[in-house]
Amino acid sequence: MTEQIDVQPGSGASPDLPPPVLTPDAVPPSMWRIRWALFRRSFAHNWKLFRANRVGLVGLGIIVFFALLAIAPTVLFATGIWNSAVYDPVVGLEPNPPVKVMTVVNEITDPETEIDFRYVLLDNRIPNTVKVGDKVEIPQQPAPPDRRHWLGTDPLGRDVLSQLMHGARAAFFLGILAALVTVVIATTVGSISAYFGGALDSFFMRLADLLIMIPFLAILIVIGAIFEFKLWHLAVVIGLLSGFGGVAIVLKSQALAVKVKPFVDAARVAGGSNAHIIFTHIIPNVMPLSFLYMMFTVTSAIQGEAALSFLGLLNVRISWGLMIQLANNQGYLLQGLQYWWLLFPAGLAVTLISAAFFLVGRAMDEVVNPRLRKR
Amino acid sequence: MTRYVVRRLAQMVLLFVVFLTVTWFLLYALPGDIVKQKFATNPNIPPEARQVAIERLGLDKPVLIQFRDYMINFFQLDFGLSFNQYPRKVSDIIAERLPRTIVLFLTALVSYYYAGFLAGKYLAWRRGKRGEMVVTIGGVGLYTVFYPWFALMAIWLFAAELGWLPISKFLNPDEWRNAPFTANQVFIRLFMTVLAVSVFMAAVVLLANRIRDHRPRTFAKLGGVALGVVLFIWYWWGTAGGALMRPYAGDIAEHLILPVAVLTAVNFAGIMLLTRSSMLETMREDFILTARAKGLSERAVRDRHAARTALLPVTTSLVLAVATVIDGGILTETVFSWPGMGEVLVTSVSNEDIPLALASFSFIGIMALVGHFLVDILYGVLDPRIRVGG
Repeated sequence: MTEQIDVQPGSGASPDLPPPVLTPDAVPPSMWRIRWALFRRSFAHNWKLFRANRVGLVGLGIIVFFALLAIAPTVLFATGIWNSAVYDPVVGLEPNPPVKVMTVVNEITDPETEIDFRYVLLDNRIPNTVKVGDKVEIPQQPAPPDRRHWLGTDPLGRDVLSQLMHGARAAFFLGILAALVTVVIATTVGSISAYFGGALDSFFMRLADLLIMIPFLAILIVIGAIFEFKLWHLAVVIGLLSGFGGVAIVLKSQALAVKVKPFVDAARVAGGSNAHIIFTHIIPNVMPLSFLYMMFTVTSAIQGEAALSFLGLLNVRISWGLMIQLANNQGYLLQGLQYWWLLFPAGLAVTLISAAFFLVGRAMDEVVNPRLRKR
Repeated sequence: MTRYVVRRLAQMVLLFVVFLTVTWFLLYALPGDIVKQKFATNPNIPPEARQVAIERLGLDKPVLIQFRDYMINFFQLDFGLSFNQYPRKVSDIIAERLPRTIVLFLTALVSYYYAGFLAGKYLAWRRGKRGEMVVTIGGVGLYTVFYPWFALMAIWLFAAELGWLPISKFLNPDEWRNAPFTANQVFIRLFMTVLAVSVFMAAVVLLANRIRDHRPRTFAKLGGVALGVVLFIWYWWGTAGGALMRPYAGDIAEHLILPVAVLTAVNFAGIMLLTRSSMLETMREDFILTARAKGLSERAVRDRHAARTALLPVTTSLVLAVATVIDGGILTETVFSWPGMGEVLVTSVSNEDIPLALASFSFIGIMALVGHFLVDILYGVLDPRIRVGG
């Protein structure tokens, strides 16, 4: 869903900023330096506005937390704290200490390492060909959290925390790539159709109408049937769908408002080409709104990915959706709180990170769109 | 208004043809597509059988002829035979599943839109007070919650742990063993009665809104709603046909509660947040100040002046939300094993049952288009500027 967006250009250079100070005698500083100073100033101003919104800060904090989680495995593997044979999110396995099979209860001195022969036959996790004196390994998965596995292990003996971290990496990769594709396409399409109008405009807008109408997940499911979907394919498809879809319409209306500003006329009178006007005057003024939509696209991309992996239509090594799918397919989700470490981490992670990007988006909305601010 | 409706209808049909064309080419005509892989180039099928399959599916004809045939058949409601449930016609499967999805979709759409609007209205009015933050955070949490996970948690809590509601599926087969009706007969009857009663209630409430005085207005509204409930009870308990069908209808209704509630809960938050921001913008307008200065009660300012204006952007978002609700429906049906169009789409796609997948995808597209069309009309009714422009 889309927030209502004001078509007034908002942040960029805010009107209440003093112009950069230039001493008359000195050599005028280069254009880039002025731009940089302006950028820094408007950034500081916008950051102040953003900081006023507590909820946005909470969202930013959550994003930073997950970003740290995403970086963590690289550090942990490189420093040797984690052994990849145990902690790999896909093929890792926590080996269980072998237990010796004894005959009678009385002989067992250490229940940690020894097991009664009579119970061996009852336990279907142990092959029933074992003899007294053999050492067997009793799989204990999914194991509850302990010192080695802070979030326990999944039904296949893999570390849940490691999966969560690698899932965060996948989510960031997907979300950011999808958002970049969306914004590049939507900004270009929006600016071009606003600037030129006519047949080009109608074509892109009708396309956007069509794309808005079709259920997103249904398309992804159908495309997932035809092609083998990898993570970056999915990111590009989501980017294309939302870039040519709803986001293009919003950015076009913003670009239309910019197009009628006097400086665009001035640039044209000064002999600026169409490309020059679009790239140096219109697009920079549409940028704040584009950033806003990047945030909302990240949310929908992460949700779309999780849903597709949940349905088993995505060829991905590990992701949060896949973790939920595994726990669900093996029947752990309906067993209640007993297996809480399979129940909550992945589901909460998807929810939290989507909420975080959404909250940051809303806070940015208040920066970009002055009418929403508290007076 | 008529011109507007006709124009929108024509646009819709055109859009659908484009949509169907693109999907057909994606599914049938890409080089090395699934149908060819499955039959024409599958080395595991004996050559004679392969030849038969190629001829029956028309794979030897040029692509454009195949496309023309498909389009002609499609508009005669012949979508071919399902690959996986072989002798069954796709149109039969769709006819069986479509009502179930439409009911899920309609109930969720209406209830979440209404509930979200009401909640957002009160939330905006209480801006800055305690509890606003909590509700906003809760709303954002619900809006961004990972839907299948949320649904599974709800199943675990209400079905597995508390045992109040059935876990999943459309009905309980044990109770239907000697049933004199098919599930769809009962289901459609149930749907029709609910629809009739809701239309009646809505009509009464709309008419009652014209009454100026506060007390008779409330009386008329409550009376209308009560009468609707009485009519419903009379049909299912009082008449012979209704009483005979009632246990089966009750079984279906019981299975319907949890999916609708979960779908509503998730979508409701989005509308609530949007109504809130839309109300906040409206409340800054000068006419609100005027209304207050006239000495109108807070309630009148809120309901008659602010909320009416704030409704427009919310309705715009409903246009966008139609697709989202259908997406939610697909996930709902998968998680709850609810045998509707979304579940058909997911299973047929996973099983590479292309005729069924294409038909169910098209019908999901049609649902989205019709949903959009209805919301557009509603929008035209609410905002006269659009009618004039159209």
